[in-house]
Amino acid sequence: MHRTGALYGQFETLEQQKDTATLGMWIFLVTEVMFFGGIMLAYTINRHTYFTAFAMGSSMISLPLGTTNTIVLLASSFTMAMGVWSAQTGKKKLLPIFLTLTIILGFAFFYVKYVEYSQKFHHHLVPGKTFDVNYCVNNPSKCEDISPADLDKEREELQRANAADPNLNSHAQLYFSAYFGMTGLHALHMIIGAGLLFWLLHGSLKGLYTPQWNTPVDIVGLYWHFVDIVWIYLFPLLYLIDRHR
Amino acid sequence: MSTAATTPSAVFPEKHYLNATYGIRSWLLTTDHKRIALLYLVSVTAFFFVGGFFAMMIRLHLLTPNGYVLTPDMYNRMFTMHGVAMIFFFLIPSIPAVLGNFLIPLMVGAKDLAFPRINLLSWYIYIIGGAFTLYSMVTGGLDTGWTFYTPLSTVYSNSAVAPAVVGVFITGFSSILTGLNFLVTVHTMRAPGMTWFRLPLFVWAHYATSVVMILGTPVIAITLGLAAMERVFGLGFFNPAMGGDPILFQHLFWFYSHPAVYIMILPAMGVISELIPTFARKKLFGYHFVAAASLAIAVIGFLVWTHHMFLTGQSTYAAIAFSLLTFLVAIPSAVKVFNWTATLFGGSISFDTPMLYAFGFLGLFLIGGLTGLFLGCLGTDIHIHDTYFVVAHFHYIMVGGAVMGYLGGLHFWWPKITGRMYPEWLARIAALILFVGFNLTFFPQFLLGYNGMPRRYHVYPPEYQVYNVMSTAGASILAVGYLLPMIYLVWATFYGKVAGDNPWPATGLEWKTPSPPPTENFPVTPVVTWEPYDFHNRKDLGLEVGLAEAHADD
Repeated sequence: MHRTGALYGQFETLEQQKDTATLGMWIFLVTEVMFFGGIMLAYTINRHTYFTAFAMGSSMISLPLGTTNTIVLLASSFTMAMGVWSAQTGKKKLLPIFLTLTIILGFAFFYVKYVEYSQKFHHHLVPGKTFDVNYCVNNPSKCEDISPADLDKEREELQRANAADPNLNSHAQLYFSAYFGMTGLHALHMIIGAGLLFWLLHGSLKGLYTPQWNTPVDIVGLYWHFVDIVWIYLFPLLYLIDRHR
Repeated sequence: MSTAATTPSAVFPEKHYLNATYGIRSWLLTTDHKRIALLYLVSVTAFFFVGGFFAMMIRLHLLTPNGYVLTPDMYNRMFTMHGVAMIFFFLIPSIPAVLGNFLIPLMVGAKDLAFPRINLLSWYIYIIGGAFTLYSMVTGGLDTGWTFYTPLSTVYSNSAVAPAVVGVFITGFSSILTGLNFLVTVHTMRAPGMTWFRLPLFVWAHYATSVVMILGTPVIAITLGLAAMERVFGLGFFNPAMGGDPILFQHLFWFYSHPAVYIMILPAMGVISELIPTFARKKLFGYHFVAAASLAIAVIGFLVWTHHMFLTGQSTYAAIAFSLLTFLVAIPSAVKVFNWTATLFGGSISFDTPMLYAFGFLGLFLIGGLTGLFLGCLGTDIHIHDTYFVVAHFHYIMVGGAVMGYLGGLHFWWPKITGRMYPEWLARIAALILFVGFNLTFFPQFLLGYNGMPRRYHVYPPEYQVYNVMSTAGASILAVGYLLPMIYLVWATFYGKVAGDNPWPATGLEWKTPSPPPTENFPVTPVVTWEPYDFHNRKDLGLEVGLAEAHADD
């Protein structure tokens, strides 16, 4: 189909084109809800079945890092919303600034995630043959990033948990499977989002987006907010419920 | 009857979508929904014959009680790969991606689908998924059953499960994107005057199908994704040895795979809703009910999935609820069958090939649907669960329903797709061969199942042999019935009689443009001023005056 300016050949008007793109994005987000819904269901059912192990798992991941990332993502949603606003009101100089800020916050998220994941590797909390939920408690010298006070607390909690659930190691592994599965899937969506933001940045520097036509900014904004909302669900599910009980 | 109406306008357009551009790149990089439909046609046909080959191996093996053709292990692979090829790579994309892709923009009066490039992308995704699955098939095959039940698929199977699961996972996104494209197209791309209740029922059926694709497919994607991760990286969600729950896999699997049955049958129902008014030359009885029934099937279809799992030890109360919901989903299907039958009543019926397929669909879908009630009933399901009764039941729906609808639709719209008619008498004979072959293949399987022959076994007691011989004999007749259309439809594409714009004549918007249509579908954007299937008030169809009036008493 031929393209006349911003109007693709299959459409009659720009308005129809924008409605179509927006509806398409919303429907795509519905499929994403179902996609994340499947793994969240698996998580919830397992959490219910292996209550002790999952509460233990929640206690072993880093709340400060999770909270930092939550703040970073919420801030990025704000800058993204400001970007969409700049595009709609024709503030052509502000748009690239807000997009750049959003990208920077996105990469801040990746960095914190990297720190978090590498901790889990060092603490032998990655599902697989070397997984050992008691590793840090048994090898305190290998886990110097955990303060002695926290380690004592963890030892005490693990003792109670091991007593309550003889298969704690295997069930905690389920928790960390879910942790890596869900946050990994979320991070994958963030990476795709970052790619889209770079594409928008390129377009905004060329001054493509006007109050009359800014559909790409609008629908990438929708996507970015959706990815944030997924995190808003993941954060309490993984980090907050039953911590240290 | 068709000749009288076509003679005046039977001219072959000089410029159309098939000769607008030439070369392999113009096909592989096309964004024209009509060309993408043909790309899909070629690829799903290839998978149909791959799946058909596996089916023939199964039937040959079961000719004798001890089965000399295949080893037991090979037999498991054959029925698994038959199911995977046929369900994920033929039935699910068949009518939507071929006929739906070609027709929905034409039927709503648009120049293309809402997202033409995403449409092309979805074909490539299908091909990539297909490549993964074919890779699995040629490097040792797959022996888990098409259902990929864990922990067999994730831990114990020694076959090439991972590439097949990844292939099906990838193909799911092709289905999602097709559904998304259809939904948006129906919402935003309708021509002036094409109101919701002037949409052809084919479009309504695809709308409902798309809803199922949108809501169901992501769930199977994440489920198979987790299963693949479990096989490759040893995650444990579905592995009881690690505390995981295989029943959870079954729930998630059937949450998609039962609605997927409606992805396969709803489009076929849409085709039948077009064929019956056209060849009865009569307004479809209860248009609104048939449209609403499609949506009702899509909605209720999501609430019946555990009827595949009555024997997994689920709670009795849950089983009772799901059994009742299963009976409930039969109601909209029955509404459709009654409305089609009522449309026939007092109609001026002609027995062109598409109509023969429509009749075949009516009878076979009826048997398939009613035997589904036996299976949805808790008491009888215990007896016939996992027997050949189930195999016969779903083949009546899938082959007798979906494939009959697909072939009927292909014949009906072949003149639109290629601009040429197929050989009518040969096509009628092929339709009859198919009908006879189909019943001979699958009806004995009802009896086998009722008498207790389990499915997926490579040997059986000698007392079952008579029915198995009948079934295998039927399968070879069926194979002839499938090869014939493949040959003469290809022949007709090049040498068939020129069809003209509207050879039947039918009432849809797709018949108001030349056959084959130009790339932009309509020379000018059409304006719709008529109600659907309204043969009485359509002077432009060129029907003899009085014919439509004779049945005006409905």
